[in-house]
Amino acid sequence: MDRTDMEKTLENRDLMARFSFAARFGLPRTIIAGFVLLLFIMAPIVGADLTMQIGNVINRFSWNAVLVLAMVPMIHSGCSLNFGIPLGIIAGLLGGTLSIQLGFTGPVSFFMAILLATPFALLAGGGYGWLLNRIKGGEMMIATYVGLSSIAFMCMMWLLLPYTSPTMVWGLAGKGLRTTISLTGFYEKALANFLAIPIDPANGLYFPTGTILFFAVLALAVWAFFRTKTGTAMTAVGSNPLFARASGINVDRMRLLSVVMSTWLGAVGILVYQQGFGFMQLYMAPNNMTLPTVAAILIGGAAVNKASIAHVIIGTILYQSVVTLTPTVMTAMIHMDVSEVVRIIISNGMILYALTRKVKGGSK
Amino acid sequence: MENNNAPLLEMRNIKKDFFGNQVLSDINITLNAGEVLGLVGENGAGKSTLMKILFGMDVIRETGGYEGEIRLNGQAVKFATPFEALAAGIGMVHQEFSLIPGFTAAENILLNREPTKRNIASEIFGPRLDTLDYKAIAERSAQAIQKMGVQISADMVISDMPVGHKQFTEIARELSKEQLKLLILDEPTAVLTEKEAEALLNSIRSMSAQGIAVIFITHRLHEILSVCNKVVIMRDGYVVKESPAKEIDVPEITRWMVGRKVEAAASAAEVRKFDNAPTIMSIRKLWVDMPGETVRNIDLDIKEGEILGIGGLAGQGKLGIPNGIMGLYEAGGTVEFEGKPIPLNSPRKCLDASLAFVSEDRRGVGLLLEESLEWNVAFSAMQIQNKFLKNFGLFSWRDERAIHAVTNKYIDELQIKCTGSRQKAKELSGGNQQKVCLAKAFALQPKFLFVSEPTRGIDVGAKALVLEALKRFNREHGVTVVVISSELEELRQSCDRIAIVSGGRIAGILPASESSEAFGALMVSQVI
Repeated sequence: MDRTDMEKTLENRDLMARFSFAARFGLPRTIIAGFVLLLFIMAPIVGADLTMQIGNVINRFSWNAVLVLAMVPMIHSGCSLNFGIPLGIIAGLLGGTLSIQLGFTGPVSFFMAILLATPFALLAGGGYGWLLNRIKGGEMMIATYVGLSSIAFMCMMWLLLPYTSPTMVWGLAGKGLRTTISLTGFYEKALANFLAIPIDPANGLYFPTGTILFFAVLALAVWAFFRTKTGTAMTAVGSNPLFARASGINVDRMRLLSVVMSTWLGAVGILVYQQGFGFMQLYMAPNNMTLPTVAAILIGGAAVNKASIAHVIIGTILYQSVVTLTPTVMTAMIHMDVSEVVRIIISNGMILYALTRKVKGGSK
Repeated sequence: MENNNAPLLEMRNIKKDFFGNQVLSDINITLNAGEVLGLVGENGAGKSTLMKILFGMDVIRETGGYEGEIRLNGQAVKFATPFEALAAGIGMVHQEFSLIPGFTAAENILLNREPTKRNIASEIFGPRLDTLDYKAIAERSAQAIQKMGVQISADMVISDMPVGHKQFTEIARELSKEQLKLLILDEPTAVLTEKEAEALLNSIRSMSAQGIAVIFITHRLHEILSVCNKVVIMRDGYVVKESPAKEIDVPEITRWMVGRKVEAAASAAEVRKFDNAPTIMSIRKLWVDMPGETVRNIDLDIKEGEILGIGGLAGQGKLGIPNGIMGLYEAGGTVEFEGKPIPLNSPRKCLDASLAFVSEDRRGVGLLLEESLEWNVAFSAMQIQNKFLKNFGLFSWRDERAIHAVTNKYIDELQIKCTGSRQKAKELSGGNQQKVCLAKAFALQPKFLFVSEPTRGIDVGAKALVLEALKRFNREHGVTVVVISSELEELRQSCDRIAIVSGGRIAGILPASESSEAFGALMVSQVI
């Protein structure tokens, strides 16, 4: 009796909260959006080139969007935020390095990299999903450790694996991969150059039509998947696993599938990032991708067990705007580079906020 | 000042409502020192609420308190917390154990009231650092166990104990409190074997001989008669009968317990006979491991086209039957549906065989609270029967238009009150949520439907609608329906036959037109 009454009060509060705009749009999203708007207004005032800033935001969006998209399947199936995205990233790195090692060049090397990364992503995702099915309820913590330990393991492997391509190995020793590998001649801008529209060619600024299209195709595929029978089942598993089970759904299989999807998208995501950025970063670098990606989808308005493509797009734009605009505006204003500080506060604050608000549907 | 002539406990005109829903009306109970009072009544009769009021549980205060007066030794008291009740000499043993598994019985008995010895650290830093006096602990717990009149080992760790000994440890804990005057035992024998229960009854007698009053709540009526001085029978929030135990017998108690609205038996007139109908489901030697609702050994034949009711007291296993057959809890035995065996422990196989289940756990199992009504109604049918899908060759999508249409159809048919088919399920009231659960099952167009506790926690109007919808579904589509409910009267109004489950077994099957007393007798026949 007492519990249902409490729930009733909470529901009433939810209903009341709907009338306020901030609550409907999400409080953190409103704050960040306001901040971004302020930055855009400030930019011309402090003398920054607005066209260039917007161009930068679009480019950075195109690099990161697929990585953020990789959060969606796991959130849908109730495996919560994919803190283990480094696993997918590593699969992508293996694909990328193998593609170069096998001698592919130009745009072909990009698609070969995806192809070569796929078996690794499926395998790693399968194992990761199997693990997550064993620790239901503690997914986020385990995922974090899966990410960290896979990075540590690969730190050793990057040195030990018998790569020989001179573009990738250390110059003097002739073995072991370098920490940063230039992708010039391989898949640098492989997607971005496709139908690129010049914005400010003098500064090398183009609209990355190809990358955006590539993201759009993937996003459309994910969106379409969640409209199929299996996709619907996956969402139901995330919403209420007991309900799904009573409706004859194999809950573990759905969760496993979502983890494999997320891991594969993570692998593709890092390759898209690299082709935009122009460099491949190994060793500890995958670790730096986790928090920004998780923060981006949360800023977009996703909850721990609800996410949509719109969340991905809005979140990535907002997050990348903050990251690109803050240095310019802040530096101009206070002559001090606080962008890194702002970035860290937003990433971690966002994640912390989301975790405290983790409200589960249904009963215990 | 204690007034020695006043009874130990007097409850006068106790009233309690939960948000306008009256659960207790004008309860008057008097209890003298050393008396044993047996409190009986069906589930939901208000026994637990009354005890919660007496014990000062937070729930009562949070839901607006109660009306009436409680007097202890002639003095009016009002307990704001259980601690105050404890201090006043009231002890309570709940149905669920509250013991620390890794501690010994003695440690549990005197937990937080341990006798202590002073030491150097506590001389300096205060009594919180006193050493525990294990010798005194052993002594005092032994005394408490002695008082109970049962032999249990004081230094055995709780986790190693059989369930009965845990129960005794709980009682000993209450007895070790010197100020204890009144002990409330809430279904203490529910988990005990017959022998242990007998020992417990003995200890109740010995407590009573020492002047401790006991309020004893149980469904095992013969225990009441053998140990109590007085029996109080509650029904629907009223005390319907108060009698000395000597002047009443089990059949009479059951009659008072369930005998409400005996005139309602008139509606059972439309009972249909299915003697010659084929058996659609035959259950043999079914056991189900559902916590709190264990099914031990069920043999049951269900006739095609009938509405079969399954009734019985809580905890006797009636809920385990559908949950076990539908694969939600581990089960064994054989279940044949239309002559073909149904594999147990696999929800999918049951659904494929055109069985459907409306769970008693609406919010936990029955609904996707965060999703729209459309999803809730169409989901199962989509997953099991590929309905509501639009095929595009390579892949198929949800057919949103068909889902919308079917949801609206059921919203109209079942009069679901909502703002639209896209409203989230969690925003609906209990009764309307229940109707959504029914719509989900109806959308599957099953041949056979299990409905578990369809009217639990919903208001009278919605109850009638839900039962009517089930009846109509049965009559119009020829679907065999099995309704499991704690509310005997509702079963009698809607079913053709009613099977009563007691002690995890079928105690008997009677036509719904049979008298309440006959059902009441079956309910308590094999209670364990």
